[in-house]
Amino acid sequence: MTSVTDPPQGSFRLSMLINDTRYRSYTFQFIALVLLIGFMAYLGINLVSNLAAQGLNISFGFLGDPAGYDINQTVVEYDSQSSHLRAAVVGIINTLIVAFLACVTATIFGVIAGVLRLSNNWVVRKLMAFYVEIFRNIPVLIWIIIIFSIMTVSMPAPRDFRGDDATAGMLFDAFAFTNRGVYSPAPVIDGASGWIVIGVFIASIIGIFAYRRYATKKLYDTGQLLPMLWPSVALFFVPVILAYFILGRPITLDYPSLQGFNFQGGLHLRGSLIALWFALAIYTGAFIAENVRAGIQAISKGQTEAAASLGLRPGRIMNLVILPQALRVIIPPLISQYLNITKNSSLAIAVGYMDVTSTLGGITLNQTGRAIECILLLMLFYLTISLLISAVMNVYNNSVKLKER
Amino acid sequence: MKKTAFYGALTVAGFAASMASAATLDDVKERGTLNCGVTTGLIGFASPDANGVWDGFDVGVCRAVAAAVLGDPNAVEFVPTTGKTRFTALASGEIDMLARNTTWTFSRDVDLKFEFVGINYYDGQGFIAPRDLGVSSAKELDGATVCIQTGTTTELNLADYFRANNISYEPVPIETNAEGQQQYLAGACDVYTTDASGLAATRAAFENPQDHIILPEIISKEPLGPLVRHGDNDWGDVVRWTLNALIAAEELGVTSANIEELAAAPTGNPEINRLLGTEGELGAMLGLEADWAKNAIAAGGNYGELFERNIGENTPIGLARGLNAQWTDGGLLYTPPFR
Ligand SMILES: N[C@@H](CCC(=O)N[C@@H](CS)C(=O)NCC(=O)O)C(=O)O
Repeated sequence: MTSVTDPPQGSFRLSMLINDTRYRSYTFQFIALVLLIGFMAYLGINLVSNLAAQGLNISFGFLGDPAGYDINQTVVEYDSQSSHLRAAVVGIINTLIVAFLACVTATIFGVIAGVLRLSNNWVVRKLMAFYVEIFRNIPVLIWIIIIFSIMTVSMPAPRDFRGDDATAGMLFDAFAFTNRGVYSPAPVIDGASGWIVIGVFIASIIGIFAYRRYATKKLYDTGQLLPMLWPSVALFFVPVILAYFILGRPITLDYPSLQGFNFQGGLHLRGSLIALWFALAIYTGAFIAENVRAGIQAISKGQTEAAASLGLRPGRIMNLVILPQALRVIIPPLISQYLNITKNSSLAIAVGYMDVTSTLGGITLNQTGRAIECILLLMLFYLTISLLISAVMNVYNNSVKLKER
Repeated sequence: MKKTAFYGALTVAGFAASMASAATLDDVKERGTLNCGVTTGLIGFASPDANGVWDGFDVGVCRAVAAAVLGDPNAVEFVPTTGKTRFTALASGEIDMLARNTTWTFSRDVDLKFEFVGINYYDGQGFIAPRDLGVSSAKELDGATVCIQTGTTTELNLADYFRANNISYEPVPIETNAEGQQQYLAGACDVYTTDASGLAATRAAFENPQDHIILPEIISKEPLGPLVRHGDNDWGDVVRWTLNALIAAEELGVTSANIEELAAAPTGNPEINRLLGTEGELGAMLGLEADWAKNAIAAGGNYGELFERNIGENTPIGLARGLNAQWTDGGLLYTPPFR
């Protein structure tokens, strides 16, 4: 029963760095740090000297040179005379587009499938189990290629829509499903009054959230239950429709039509975008379904029973008791699923979708030979975007997590 | 202590660096095989047959180099590369040389630090379109969807051509020729564009080649040739002069049929003697055996034989010699003298 006590304070000797418990951990940490720095320095020097031996250097000047290649899906202005930097920006935007679409869709698939996996209906339950097992156990690259190949091989080419003996037709004269993607009408905003309608629409969405918050507060404060569904629906549709007609229909639709080799006008969702989007959504949705199921099952049955004994209806039990608690379990893994979607979107090149890996990390890298610079920039981009997503989701997680009073 | 560690690291790094640019010729001899980068499959230029044996016009260059260096045309490890991966493969040392329909350009030669050792096919970029599309000129392609291999010169030429003619197009980027062929045949793009020789080779693999036409416009110069890493001049010389030997052999009338006879004893033509090693020391100057060029030519025949057998007019690809005829026949093939 003796406790180890440090030797009494004396003059400092070098051996104390190892023998003295007060210093020992610092010594080892210091050694580890030096080794780590040394290793990093070695890698860095190795890189620089190898580059020098091959007559190469690290320089980002190429980003200002004309890219020289064209990109099919561009949201911002871009042509082949634009700089490599701009090509990278176009790629970044395309990455964000597909990542956003896939995150939203995957969440919808995942929540539906996760809840239905717990259904009392045997067929529905098994069907959802089948979905989850099939989709998450086949690599997402294969899904991307499967969806893309099915589209290019089985859908009609634009020229099949032409002439009197056309073998394919448009849906409602508005949608064309071709092997180059889907063409749909695109909204055209005419001048200021068009933007007012959009403003009204955004305002009513904010209004819906404000109303729901107000109703929840009222419920907690006074116990009075205000109706939720119909005011939300009314807020969603009525103001915007009113504004639309009062301002004289300032938003029109631009329909796609067959001109020359392709459909022109309207919105063109390219086959590559659709394949990537759905493959990512359906694959990650299967993982999210499992997270949702786990989250719901993590809430003890006693909660349901207690709520029921207070007289709550099953729908309310789900919305007011189970889901708020389940969200705490669901959100953290959901963050990593969103990160996965963003990172997996770099498989875009398999179907020729021009994301940032295809522009900066593909064509630019290849045409300029600036492999190290391009890869460094790519790493920086994916790191930044992943940290941003984590940060945003963490804020949300903090808002739903258990508040300790 | 810190200083020594630093210098230690520096030496190791320096050592690693010098290893990377060590003499490729010695590496190849020591390894006993040549690592040669080729396409992922382009009939006539480089493609594996049913037994997995690679054959083709570019493959012929690889085999000739292997025969010159190692005495065995089969001592080649073929590494399939795409338009995107080929330069990394060469720069990293994964392959010793690249023979893959690669265009000699300024930036590849100077900025990417490669060394083109010559030109084995003078080409230009063309378009292929289905006959029933009804186009007869590339200028009519306004608004068309074009399949294009990424990481190639053709991608840049395409952008320039449409820009210069003030017409628009929608690019569909693809990775390999096989993918391009599939997309084109499925109608996912209206036309496919690449080197005209590549188009001819691709069309030869179609079920109904006559349903597709190659448009008359040739929109660029594409001198295709083998290349090696910059900075290893000895190895560059070996590959350069092997290619030259194949071209010289055709010019001098040395074929796979008569080579044994011509190499058996000095002939009346001193250049043939120097080429085949019965006179002079050319092989030793390259660091090779005296019969290096004889082996290279015997591997698959001279340039003309390689051409006729793989891509010539009597093959499904059916390319005429055109610019690729000997200078004596009005073409551009002109090898420096063996002396
Ligand atoms: N000559 C051009 C294009 C080379 C190229 O990619 N050619 C195609 C068709 S001619 C090819 O070899 N494809 C075979 C493959 O995809 O592996 C260049 O060097 O950039």
